[in-house]
Amino acid sequence: MAITVLQMSKHRAAWRDTHWRSIILQALVLLALAVLAAWMIGNVTTALSHRHVASGFAFLDHTAGFGIAQTLIDYTEESSYGRAMWVGLANTVLVSVISIVLSTVIGFIVGIGRLSSNWLVAKLCTAYVELLRNMPLLLQLLFWYFGVLAALPGPRESLTLGSGIALNNRGLFIPLLVQQSGSWLVWLGIFAGIAIAWGLYRWAGKRQHDTGHRPTVWWAMLLAIFALPAAVLYATGVPFTVSWPELTGFNYSGGLQVIPELAGLTLALSIYTAAYIAEIVRAGLLSVARGQHEAAQALGLRHTHSLRLVLVPQALRVIIPPLASEYLSLTKNSSLAIVIGYPDLVSVFAGTVLNQTGQAIEILSMVMAIYLTLSLIVSLLMNLYNRAHAGQDAR
Amino acid sequence: MTPPVTAAPPTAFHRKRPVKKIGVLGWLHANLFSSLFNTVLTLLVLGLLVWAVPPILDWAFIDAVWHGTTREACETVGGACWPFIFQRFGQIVYGFYDEAARWRVDVVYVFGAVGLAWLMIPSLPRKGWVGAALLTLYPLVSFVLLSGGWFGLPVVSTEKWGGLLLTLVVAAVGIVASLPLGVLLALGRRSTLPVVRILSVVFIEVWRGVPMITVLFMASSMLPLFLPDGLELDKLVRALIAVALFNAAYMAEVIRGGLQALPRGQYEGAAALGFGYWQSTALIVLPQALRTVLPDIVNNMISMFKDTSLVSIIGFFDLLGVIQAGATDVDWTGPNTALTGYLFAGALYWVFCFSMSRYSASLERQLSQGDRR
Amino acid sequence: MNLRTLVLGLAAVLMLGGTATAGTLDAVKKQGFIRCGVSDGQPGFSNPDAKGNWTGIDVDYCRAVATAIFNDPNKVRFVPVSFAERFTALQANQFEILSHNTTWTMDRDVAQGLEFIGVDFYDGQGFMVRKTLGVKSALQLDGATLCTQTGTTSELNAADFFRAHKLKYKILVYQKASEYIAAYDAGRCDAATTDRSGLAGDRLKLKDPNGSIILPDTISKEPLGPAVRQGDQQWGDLCRWVLFAMVNAEELGVSSKNVDAQLGSTSPEIRRLLGKEGAFGTKLGLTDDWAYRIIKKVGNYGEIFDRSVGMKTPLKMQRGLNALWNKGGIMYAPPIR
Repeated sequence: MAITVLQMSKHRAAWRDTHWRSIILQALVLLALAVLAAWMIGNVTTALSHRHVASGFAFLDHTAGFGIAQTLIDYTEESSYGRAMWVGLANTVLVSVISIVLSTVIGFIVGIGRLSSNWLVAKLCTAYVELLRNMPLLLQLLFWYFGVLAALPGPRESLTLGSGIALNNRGLFIPLLVQQSGSWLVWLGIFAGIAIAWGLYRWAGKRQHDTGHRPTVWWAMLLAIFALPAAVLYATGVPFTVSWPELTGFNYSGGLQVIPELAGLTLALSIYTAAYIAEIVRAGLLSVARGQHEAAQALGLRHTHSLRLVLVPQALRVIIPPLASEYLSLTKNSSLAIVIGYPDLVSVFAGTVLNQTGQAIEILSMVMAIYLTLSLIVSLLMNLYNRAHAGQDAR
Repeated sequence: MTPPVTAAPPTAFHRKRPVKKIGVLGWLHANLFSSLFNTVLTLLVLGLLVWAVPPILDWAFIDAVWHGTTREACETVGGACWPFIFQRFGQIVYGFYDEAARWRVDVVYVFGAVGLAWLMIPSLPRKGWVGAALLTLYPLVSFVLLSGGWFGLPVVSTEKWGGLLLTLVVAAVGIVASLPLGVLLALGRRSTLPVVRILSVVFIEVWRGVPMITVLFMASSMLPLFLPDGLELDKLVRALIAVALFNAAYMAEVIRGGLQALPRGQYEGAAALGFGYWQSTALIVLPQALRTVLPDIVNNMISMFKDTSLVSIIGFFDLLGVIQAGATDVDWTGPNTALTGYLFAGALYWVFCFSMSRYSASLERQLSQGDRR
Repeated sequence: MNLRTLVLGLAAVLMLGGTATAGTLDAVKKQGFIRCGVSDGQPGFSNPDAKGNWTGIDVDYCRAVATAIFNDPNKVRFVPVSFAERFTALQANQFEILSHNTTWTMDRDVAQGLEFIGVDFYDGQGFMVRKTLGVKSALQLDGATLCTQTGTTSELNAADFFRAHKLKYKILVYQKASEYIAAYDAGRCDAATTDRSGLAGDRLKLKDPNGSIILPDTISKEPLGPAVRQGDQQWGDLCRWVLFAMVNAEELGVSSKNVDAQLGSTSPEIRRLLGKEGAFGTKLGLTDDWAYRIIKKVGNYGEIFDRSVGMKTPLKMQRGLNALWNKGGIMYAPPIR
């Protein structure tokens, strides 16, 4: 920008001069970069061929031969290294999604709490933010993981709730619904019920808008959400069986196991990120002009209503862009999983696979490319969101 | 709380006494018990505090062990194991740095502390000179002192650096190196030269898009392969390069924010004065842009400082690494050692980061006062 | 290489680019010390004390090489590296010798740029469990959860063992030794698994070492030994024969205590070992008393074993497979002749 201004202010010959100078400068930069790249690639090739180090991506099809503690997709020791990578990626996505939801909930509560008129609540929330923002996540992760482990009993002394739920230092065990043939009909029923309920809600809103009278639809909505799937469930003869966790040998088997690594990582990520989200929420709420709140009160809206209808929608526009970048850094921070043995992408692929194959360059490049892709997707979505809302802002 | 009103003469304005707004009771009423909801909240929070705080204090201080020289001292007690910290204090502060040469580290610590204090205490003069010395002369002197090899100082190889020393070295190098790099990248991203702009964008987005741990892995196990035989970069140097480049990308985005916030008139004014690109950038644009984002720069430094703990994953014995290693050391392993170590490390990190965040907040206040016209 | 020489040399080297390397031995002699990649804390193998002094078999091997070259066991710089980065670090010449209780496997030898120069510890993978579990054999571990460290052969061996015996298991893999031990200690897993020598050291780091036992089963072959980079035959030979000299010395009964007296021995084997006959040291690029110096200043293999991991140390390990071939073990060195 500075240059365009300057360029215009100079006479022709000088403009020419700058023009050529800039082209030469850029050519030089490119050349230097190309030389550097060639030099480094040359070094790698000589080093690898000299010492007979394998290279290339053929290893992705080789048998992995190791076990993974948590697999969301089918995986056995006979699967390939490439498959192991997908297992790791799925685990990264799982822990990120859970932590994003949890950190958002905690973050909003703490952020609103910091603005509370209750002195004690406000101070407690401030203390939360100041304490957790100023300590390394890695330290907090170690604390939560080993803290959680230390607090839980061994498998034979498990804390149990009825016969179906058990908690010990191997994880939380809950009954698991096992789908039988025809279960997709039930899922279809559930989605259809939700869709119908949503449609009813919209219809009621429209009626209110048009006529000023809001029809009572909540019972119909409830019916759609619950009765419809229930009916399908009955009609299909309950196509589910329950797998109950049972104490056999060393530990519980069957059911669904939530491993402590997942719990520890989720706790650390959500509690840490929530401190940042709280600050974003607070800044967002403070950014809404004071007059907006007063105007809402003057209109006779109750506090909760003015929050929900006036303040939050305006604050959200300020909150969402930085929120998205917090989500992104949470996802990247989930790579600390390697420290506590949670089998995420970095731990499985850049840890075990890298060590078994020794192909550092290929593997680290792939891992970085995957994270980069995730980042770019989120950035893209954010830009779309900003563009969509730019028109509404009075800027 | 209905007051006796017998003495009050009947008046036309017969209404309840206004709620007391001053004094302890008044304060309590206004801030804690103003409504039913608030009262419930207050009680809940109080309950939470009573439930959580005393056991923590008990563990950390009352049930804790304070004296002893080996793990046996802490084995039977259910509280913090402070002798571990006392006995290992040298390692926590200096790592494995040669004991005879530790005075060199102390000199570096003292110079750094005095320099920073000078900058932060408003009444002291010549801040510009001190700041410049802190950014140029100080790293040089520290480097000479810490690594040795000059002026007859014996060499202390970087494998021996550790503890707080290593944490501060990584943080300081990250901070000092990322500022100029960040400025260049931010200017590059706003450049009109397409090659420069695209390269800057790619550089910034790639580093910001990947987790720091992969960058450190790259520095520790991939970068050496890209160097020719005979050129071996010290492992610490490689990690420092990675940290500096990684942080530069984040710094660049902060500084770009400052450049964008600058009114167009400033650029035009510089052009009207006949300044060239570099002149106007160095004399007009950057000083103002950096000033506006100074609080954000300090916040960024806090993140960098915390992120230095990640070097423990690639085998450095930084503050966290030394404590972790010490807690599973045959001499000190025990039920409460690790937790005591984490508590101590956490407190140290917290003191550093919290002071920086206070400083950043006070800068923000000063700046916003300056803007009030 | 210290930081100063590094900075000074950087510009020069950058201009020269990848010029041909001189022999490792010449480079080492010029540099004045050897650099030895070791693990960052494995009792009995390479372990720094509170003052940063290193002890253990892996460490003593490097001291022996230093003594052979410089006649000074302290002319070694120990570079602690994690399991994960050790091979790349060696390939990238971060040190001349990797003495990191590394298992000699085919893939590492032929496809990862390493040249193993021998075996200084015959080991096998085992399991450590808490006594309260009541387990007596690894075959009783059906359904168990295992803890191990990433970057080791243990991860694969455990998988093989459980698959071969059709047992179920869960495995947790930690990046650092401290975390893997802490997790086992916290009860996260039923068994810790790695090389038996490693387990012996790890057990000492537990809160209650006597509460855990190492099961008798050995599920794999783990020949541990030093490795150098492929491509420098002279350096590889030197490192190999330093190890063989220490084993031969024990077999011939030459120890650090009697080595001076043995100089007058009439046994031709001892005379060749100590450089009284033949010019074996010269052929390695050293002086002929190379082995004498090693034995005098570091000791023979048996001495190193005993003071590092033997019955008098906290690790209390039997010689077992590591006894000499004529004493019931398989430790065997080709003759010096």
